[in-house]
Amino acid sequence: MIAAAPAAPAAPAAQAIRIRGIEKSFADLHVLRGVDLEVATGSIVALLGSNGAGKTTLVNILSTLLKADAGTATVQGFDVGAAPAEVRRSISLTGQFAAVDEVLTGRENLVLVARLRHVEDPGATADDLLDRFSLSEAGGRRAATYSGGMRRRLDIAMSLIGDPPVIFLDEPTTGLDPQARIEVWQTIRALADGGTTVLLTTQYLDEAEQLADRIAILHEGAIIRNGTLAELKRLLPAAKVEYVEKQPSLEEVFLALVGEPARADEPDRATGKEPR
Amino acid sequence: MTTHLLSDTRVLTVRSLTHIVRSPDTILTTAVTPIALMLLFTYVFGGAIRTGSSESYIDYLLPGTLLITIASGVAYTAYRLFLDLQGGIFQRFKSMPIARSSVLWGHVLTSLVANLVSVAIVVGVALVMGFRTGASVGAWLAVIGILVLFTLALTWIAVIAGLSAKTVDGASAFSYPLIFLPFISSAFVPTDSMPGPVAWFAENQPVTSIVDTMRALFAGRPVGTDIWVALAWLLGIMAVAFVVAMRIYRRKAA
Repeated sequence: MIAAAPAAPAAPAAQAIRIRGIEKSFADLHVLRGVDLEVATGSIVALLGSNGAGKTTLVNILSTLLKADAGTATVQGFDVGAAPAEVRRSISLTGQFAAVDEVLTGRENLVLVARLRHVEDPGATADDLLDRFSLSEAGGRRAATYSGGMRRRLDIAMSLIGDPPVIFLDEPTTGLDPQARIEVWQTIRALADGGTTVLLTTQYLDEAEQLADRIAILHEGAIIRNGTLAELKRLLPAAKVEYVEKQPSLEEVFLALVGEPARADEPDRATGKEPR
Repeated sequence: MTTHLLSDTRVLTVRSLTHIVRSPDTILTTAVTPIALMLLFTYVFGGAIRTGSSESYIDYLLPGTLLITIASGVAYTAYRLFLDLQGGIFQRFKSMPIARSSVLWGHVLTSLVANLVSVAIVVGVALVMGFRTGASVGAWLAVIGILVLFTLALTWIAVIAGLSAKTVDGASAFSYPLIFLPFISSAFVPTDSMPGPVAWFAENQPVTSIVDTMRALFAGRPVGTDIWVALAWLLGIMAVAFVVAMRIYRRKAA
């Protein structure tokens, strides 16, 4: 019931998101200077940029939290300025900091969002998501007791309620350990496989490389390059063949020593303790 | 565009009330200071205070004490709202297809419930200390109505503070002058014992008309014109605070 086809957009289009000439300034800081970008329905697009490049500003404009100074943007055919209510019905935002209610339990957080989204059976929706995100054991505990990875999973689970066709993920893995990061990546891939359009921001190059169908580079207020990984790689001189001794990366060593991330939840299920 | 103001407000009020049920100390600490004041004024200062009426001092004192209870209680509303903004859940609510003002109404109704519980605790202690009233059911309802209006008016001020605060301390600092206001009113001593300018201020600030109205209602006396002055203050403050709070809320982005 969660992974769904886009729910009856106004104008079914190949492009879930269209951004034309968006500009935004804060006082005399010209953050966005004419952003153009299109995101195809059902694809994952990574918005890559350094800190302060304006990634969050762009996502906040698309989620109707901020108004653009100039330009237009549509989500599922709805203009973010003229039809914000329809846009909010089509999207879900997972902000930079896991927006969970720490006093409530994981399950209560999910039920809360399900009620606000007027889902028919909030309890069943919550249980289903707890199960999908390997949080069933932790569902009865307060979110304040969760590890960073669990909290992020709960956060993303909350975003899926009501089957929004478009999901914005603002730096979904910032501050997570490598295992939690890979768990979140798996979740995002599963979303896109189910037909959801995902626009994610990141400052990690490998994250964009791992996840995205297309990568847009936001630099000095504009998209300076936009293409598939292969297209971006072609911007540099052709590959040379060199012989290099293959050393395992520290991440590979770490993951080999502590066990695969996919199993990180099993001790959780067995002992009821959070994964470390 | 369909909105679900009532159902969304109900869901968010239940959420916020859950916070209070899980930390009931917020209600107890709200009641502790007014109770201490009541003990202090009744058993320490009270013997030296001439109220110029036949009623016992605790009867004279209670209405103002209830206003102090509410003035300190609303600080928690600003605090909870501020934490929502900091934690990012506010942003989540604002990007969801819900009736937008329901986010604030949830906090406001929670404030109402929490403050009425604190007020009930203080009234309970006052009864033990000898507070007596011959108020009719109608007079009690009028007192409750005034306390509800007072809570709503102050809560909307708390919403302004919570939305515009930069730090946790800043979010609750607005309540100190509000707590202090009853001291420069007829709440603890008659205003005619004060020097000219102070007496003028005390007689013309909102607390005096509200306190005098409640005192008359508890004593079963006619309320006179005080109640209209009190209602005008309460509705006026509430309307202005509401409009300002909603404006800040709409402007407030991520």
